[in-house]
Amino acid sequence: MLSIRNLSKTFSSAGEPVHVLRGVDLDLKAGERVALTGESGSGKSTLLHLIAGLDAADDGTIRLEDTEITKLSDAGRAGLRRDRIGLVFQQFNLIPSLSVADNLAFQARIAGRDDAAWSKELIERLGLDGLLKRYPEQLSGGQQQRVAIGRALATKPSLLLADEPTGNLDEATAEDVLALTRDLVTRTGCGFLMVTHSLHLAATLDRQVVLHAGRIA
Amino acid sequence: MRRALWVLAVLLSHWRRHKMQFATLLIGLISATALWSGVQAINQQARNAYDRAAATFGGARTPMLVAPDAATFSQELFVKLRRAGWPVSPMLEGRVQINGRSLRLLGIEPVTLPADVGNAPRLGASDLSSFVAPPGQTLVAKETLSDLQEQEGAAPPISNGAILPPLHVQPQLVPDVLVVDIGVAQRLLNKPDQISRLLIGKPKGKPAPLAGVVGDQLQRVEPNAETELEHLTDSFHLNLTAFGLLSFFVGLFIVNSAVGLAFEQRLPMLRTLRACGASARLVNTVLVVELVALSLVAGLIGLACGYFIAAALLPDVAASLRGLYGAQIPGQLSLRPEWWLAGVGISIAGAMVAAATSLIKAIRMPVLATAQPRAWQQRQRRWLILQSSAACAVFAVALLLLQYGQSLIAGFGVLAALMFGAALILPAFLELILLAGQRFARQPLALWFWADSRQQLSGLSLALMALLLALAVNVGVSTMVETFSRTFIGWLNGRLAADVYISASDNAKGVAIRNWLKERSDVQAILPGGRAETQVQGQPVELLGLPDHALYRERWPLLEVAPRAWTQLIPGNAAFISEQLSRRLNVRVGDVIEVPAQGGTWELDIVGIYADYGNPKGQLAVNVAALIRQFPQTPQTRIGLIVAKENIPGLIAALQQQFALDDRNVADQATVKAESIRIFNRTFAVTSALNAFTLGVAGIALLTSLLTLANSRLPQLAPLWAIGITRPRLAAIELTKTLSVALFTSLLAVPLGLLVAWCLIAIVNVKAFGWRLPFHVFPLQLVELVAVALFASLLAALLPMIRLARMQPASLVQVFANER
Repeated sequence: MLSIRNLSKTFSSAGEPVHVLRGVDLDLKAGERVALTGESGSGKSTLLHLIAGLDAADDGTIRLEDTEITKLSDAGRAGLRRDRIGLVFQQFNLIPSLSVADNLAFQARIAGRDDAAWSKELIERLGLDGLLKRYPEQLSGGQQQRVAIGRALATKPSLLLADEPTGNLDEATAEDVLALTRDLVTRTGCGFLMVTHSLHLAATLDRQVVLHAGRIA
Repeated sequence: MRRALWVLAVLLSHWRRHKMQFATLLIGLISATALWSGVQAINQQARNAYDRAAATFGGARTPMLVAPDAATFSQELFVKLRRAGWPVSPMLEGRVQINGRSLRLLGIEPVTLPADVGNAPRLGASDLSSFVAPPGQTLVAKETLSDLQEQEGAAPPISNGAILPPLHVQPQLVPDVLVVDIGVAQRLLNKPDQISRLLIGKPKGKPAPLAGVVGDQLQRVEPNAETELEHLTDSFHLNLTAFGLLSFFVGLFIVNSAVGLAFEQRLPMLRTLRACGASARLVNTVLVVELVALSLVAGLIGLACGYFIAAALLPDVAASLRGLYGAQIPGQLSLRPEWWLAGVGISIAGAMVAAATSLIKAIRMPVLATAQPRAWQQRQRRWLILQSSAACAVFAVALLLLQYGQSLIAGFGVLAALMFGAALILPAFLELILLAGQRFARQPLALWFWADSRQQLSGLSLALMALLLALAVNVGVSTMVETFSRTFIGWLNGRLAADVYISASDNAKGVAIRNWLKERSDVQAILPGGRAETQVQGQPVELLGLPDHALYRERWPLLEVAPRAWTQLIPGNAAFISEQLSRRLNVRVGDVIEVPAQGGTWELDIVGIYADYGNPKGQLAVNVAALIRQFPQTPQTRIGLIVAKENIPGLIAALQQQFALDDRNVADQATVKAESIRIFNRTFAVTSALNAFTLGVAGIALLTSLLTLANSRLPQLAPLWAIGITRPRLAAIELTKTLSVALFTSLLAVPLGLLVAWCLIAIVNVKAFGWRLPFHVFPLQLVELVAVALFASLLAALLPMIRLARMQPASLVQVFANER
């Protein structure tokens, strides 16, 4: 479903080139749950951003199902994110001026794929029933991350990308959130690629990929 | 479309959670639009009136033939020209008095009147016979009818005893104009077979050359794009426009501050929108649509407010224009559709300009950019250097304009450059003051006070610039008005030499009154006066007849005078010239001026220059007996009397009883003076109102800046609270900081304001009106204005400070909780 070949990305820091990714190859099957680990600065988040089309690669290809992401324009990449990719960040990135209900429905609405039954199921499974009228600032970190996951899965994406989704949560909450995510990913059948520092959490997924100095180790 | 609406709903949700920010944005846009469109409404109303005046049966908008050196010429020339194929129509113009009120009389010949004389009132076929056939008609505007307190159909007498044809209302006519058939006008003005000018219509073929028909007796005058009134009143409207623009920009400062903060706060939201798949183009388009929609709503509200402001100010503006320039403006507002469109347009354009930097930032924002809170201080130093350099360049432009600019626009250019430069350099000045404070501070809290004030400076600088400009304009205009007021009262004391003033309705009554007065022992002296009108070097000039009396020698407000000037006036070959006319004609004491009189050219030696404030026309003062000799038609209806103070009420009562005079026809010096001062004060009522509005808007700008800054200030204040400084004390320190920078700004505004006053007095007034006032400084007034500015700053700072003092500890703790 996701196929990455020879992916490279270089940044400039203080005038010096920094090679963050040096020819990464990676495959992900439909429904497969993969943990991407590695030390700080190894290029995990950059790889995730390139897959999500948040940034453009210098070289190599990324293909999601029948679409070659590296050939898409900025608008094309935005469309791909909207319709086929779900994104979850460490900082939750909820819209502070929208209620929980509106945050959950937000991406599905702009994708034109508002599915009431699926939304209801998501709310129930994520345990957000009593929180729908609240605003993000009135929620705990774990609750906020559950809303972010709900928002990302509301469109039933082909691929769910998560960048340190449990980085701001305590251990118990992190496990609960990840367990919920795993279940929902299984329920939707989408691929799941999660960047994490936690080897313990990484071990709960189907496969681990380690990134070291810009290469898959 | 649905997608765009969802994005719009998300963007708008920000305002629901930040109501105060939303209110400040709308207040900024509304006040900017309201003041700008209010002023434009007044200007448009006035210009419409000038157009009406210009188009009155062929004014300055119509080509015409006039005599080069005389006010009138023979009707025979009209006949000659018509025979030679010239499509000309005769017109006779003069002034008549009805019940002591001076009105412009136009005599026209309706049959030959060109059809294309602007938007002149047309006489239909059915009206034509009533207008021409005896007794004829006197066409008047509705306003004139009510001013004269006459009914339609009435036939009032004029000063020489002649009777006007029955009055008939013509709606398009300007006020204070009477239009009659030319034959009637020749009889009323006692100018048989004379005409003032010939209006030229569109020729059907090629007429014979002008010189071949009338020699050099007539010359062609081409139509002016700008009428005389428009030219004269340019400065007044430019002044209003300058105020409107200043208020508009001050309003935009508020918008800039509110939009800037909203964009900063919404950067994470924009990033999330992009991450969720809303394309950059969609988000940016919706951002612009949101801004346009908000400015549309605010613009419409602003227009409604602008309408009310204009309606409230218009009567005073109309009084000012009538008093200063003799321009007649209807006191009721009527607006064209383009005013509404322009108002909405300016609101949208203003919002886009104010939000430009934020919009560009949002458009250029990469989707992965981390949303940072304001980091003004990082760029502050570079900006200060850039701004100061720009200020120096602007000051250089001001100097160049001062040195080489000759026009009124150049005068306003100097003012604009001065104020713009001062606003630009203000943050650098304040930075230097605050830096000095920091250097000398020893206590840790004092050190923080100065350092934090410096950090806050960039966030407040726009509002402080607005305060500087508003206060400087207030200081400048108030100094100018106060100077003018004192000079005017001194001048009035000189001009109003007589104790009682009488204006008889006609010459016969004037003679009867003079004879009656000669018999009264309580009258110490009878001072006859008179006024006639002519043209000198193409300019309308008023000739004022002065009696030869010691009182005039003592009091007449002469600015320059030749030796034995008053004695030289008596034979009638010398004159005093008004300051504005001397500037316009570039005439000095010792020069000779040629005046077209009824008996030929009248040569006058200029023996003095006098102040003649508030008179739109140039004036020459001559001996009254000589004036009547040269202009025998001069109404001899004005009489001044010297009377002992205690005898004045009795004499006035006796005059009123004997000659059925009312308060308009006879008044004592105190009444005339009070009325003049009332008109003067009314003239500057508009200026005072706009001054107050501008200062008010600057206060709002400061309030909105402080409110928007308040939230981002928490991370600076929370650590101080954590180490033991109470919230009320923190609030007090914040208040002191705001008042300190406001005080420094106000102190800088004082010299700037005085410079503005000097520019107004020495440049703008001279170019606009032709007179120069002495420059005075009024220290008490300056103290008062600084106090008002500080009070406005205190009011603006109070709300954010109360919020801080009452802030729940949880909100301050949250600052630490949010730090990662």
